[in-house]
Amino acid sequence: MLRFRFMDTALILNFLTTPWVFLIWTTIVKASVLLSIVLGLVSLTVYAERRVSALIQDRVGPNRVGIPMTLLGGKKDIFLWGLGQMIADPVKLLLKENFQPASVNGFYYWLAPKLVMIPPILVLAVLPFGSSILGVQMTIADVNIGVLYIFAISSLSVYGITLAGWASNSKFPFLGGIRSSSQMISYELSLGLSVVPVLMICGSINLNDIVDWQVKNGWLVAPYWPQGFSISSLLHPDQLLHAFVAGFSWQRIALWIPLLISFVIFLVSIFAETNRLPFDLPEAEQELVGGYHTEYGSMNFALFFLGEYAAMIAGSGAVVSLFLGGWSFPLIPDGSHGVLWGLVNIGVFFAKICALLLFFIWVRWTIPRFRYDQLMKLGWLGFFPIALANIFVTALILAYIKH
Amino acid sequence: MALVVKRPKLSLAEKFYLPALLSGLVITWNHLKRAIFNKGIVTMQYPEQKWDANLPDWYRGAPTLVSDEHGKDRCVACQLCEFICPPRAITIIPMEIPSDDRWKKVEKRPEEFDIDMTRCIYCGLCEEVCPEQAIYLRKDYSITGLNRAAMVHDKKTLYKLGGVRTGLVFKWNELK
Repeated sequence: MLRFRFMDTALILNFLTTPWVFLIWTTIVKASVLLSIVLGLVSLTVYAERRVSALIQDRVGPNRVGIPMTLLGGKKDIFLWGLGQMIADPVKLLLKENFQPASVNGFYYWLAPKLVMIPPILVLAVLPFGSSILGVQMTIADVNIGVLYIFAISSLSVYGITLAGWASNSKFPFLGGIRSSSQMISYELSLGLSVVPVLMICGSINLNDIVDWQVKNGWLVAPYWPQGFSISSLLHPDQLLHAFVAGFSWQRIALWIPLLISFVIFLVSIFAETNRLPFDLPEAEQELVGGYHTEYGSMNFALFFLGEYAAMIAGSGAVVSLFLGGWSFPLIPDGSHGVLWGLVNIGVFFAKICALLLFFIWVRWTIPRFRYDQLMKLGWLGFFPIALANIFVTALILAYIKH
Repeated sequence: MALVVKRPKLSLAEKFYLPALLSGLVITWNHLKRAIFNKGIVTMQYPEQKWDANLPDWYRGAPTLVSDEHGKDRCVACQLCEFICPPRAITIIPMEIPSDDRWKKVEKRPEEFDIDMTRCIYCGLCEEVCPEQAIYLRKDYSITGLNRAAMVHDKKTLYKLGGVRTGLVFKWNELK
């Protein structure tokens, strides 16, 4: 009997480690873990948005919702700095009636929120969110068209917003939808062009290769020299000096300038792509009531909300992978040194994303909204030519270096 | 006369937005930094902290009925406040004062005096119109109830909220 069981486990193990089965179940595990992390991060971001905005404006923000001990028979509520707001907001939206106004175009009205929410979540598939754990690479899909895939998928979310504006059959959503479509199409151009120098330098459009390049040569926005940089070298000054001198290269410094320009253009375009505040014309509350989601309520509205914040997270993930070194951090080895380091790498990736999300929020409460003509002027007369020129400058520098 | 507005000439750095953006970010960052350590926050945590001591004398809170130092409930049920009330929040049912009462000379007093606080707009017209100095707006602002019936203040509640007010004109003494 015992022997039979042993055989059984051996069979199962054997089955699980056959290449295609292994691929399938590791992918399912990775996808579900990543999705739950990101969806949790979305509600945390909504809370952080309200809290940080309040602090910037010298207010307090939501600090009450916690565990309602008085309802359960306790003496005092536990406030938890208002973190219960993360649960209270979705619950409130879930409990509302999903009301459909009489004059809307039903099919597209229901389709639009899903179209807004799905693309940012699909983008997560190619982001390398960690190095590797037990030899399993921490990317859901390690495909060679990574960057192209991101652009292709993220440009789909414009359909959701435009359809929402059109199907609502109301003037304010309509204006918001139109603004959004022109804005997103304009900024996709500079978004795509600003990445080209990165691809030229790294020589690949696979995001894993780009991150690996940055692990070897330092982050694209920060030309430090990671070779020879380790905890032991920090303790020995002569080794540290050696690592500094040996790793230094003027080529890297020369390439730093176009990369910084790329970084600024990419970051600002991500703001425009995700409809964040300096460019939030599609939902400008003061002009358009609520923009494209004016006619939506309940879970439909929640899907728009979710889509917007998931787009922020996916966009930050793209910025982190392309420019900020992905999961790498100085002095932290990759996952091949142990499972713990693999987990630390995932933590580093999400810490970078959180820092960028904080930056998104910080910028939102600093900069007033652009006028529509200023937005278009910045996109077409500012970023587009600069990004184009940047490609040629990078090409010249690369040609000179390779010679 | 036409006024010519001189457009400022922008330098190259100003045209690039970035220096202005950075200085703006520094300002908001400083506010965030101070607020995290609880400095400079102007919010008052309402149910724990209240501003009641600073309410001005003319503050218009909930309308109430008052008694005076002679032990007389001031209202004589003339129904002027019911008449003037813009949202019709006041309902009065008058009654005759029985002849063995100390204030039988007044002849009338309210049997029922209801103010519907879901309708009251705190305008203070009832206080202005009252010829008997019987109804005053006090400083109570937190009027809550779990249902509509609980939001209607009856005579007893109104006298309790109003309390005794001294120094009012006393019309109904024995000499009159």
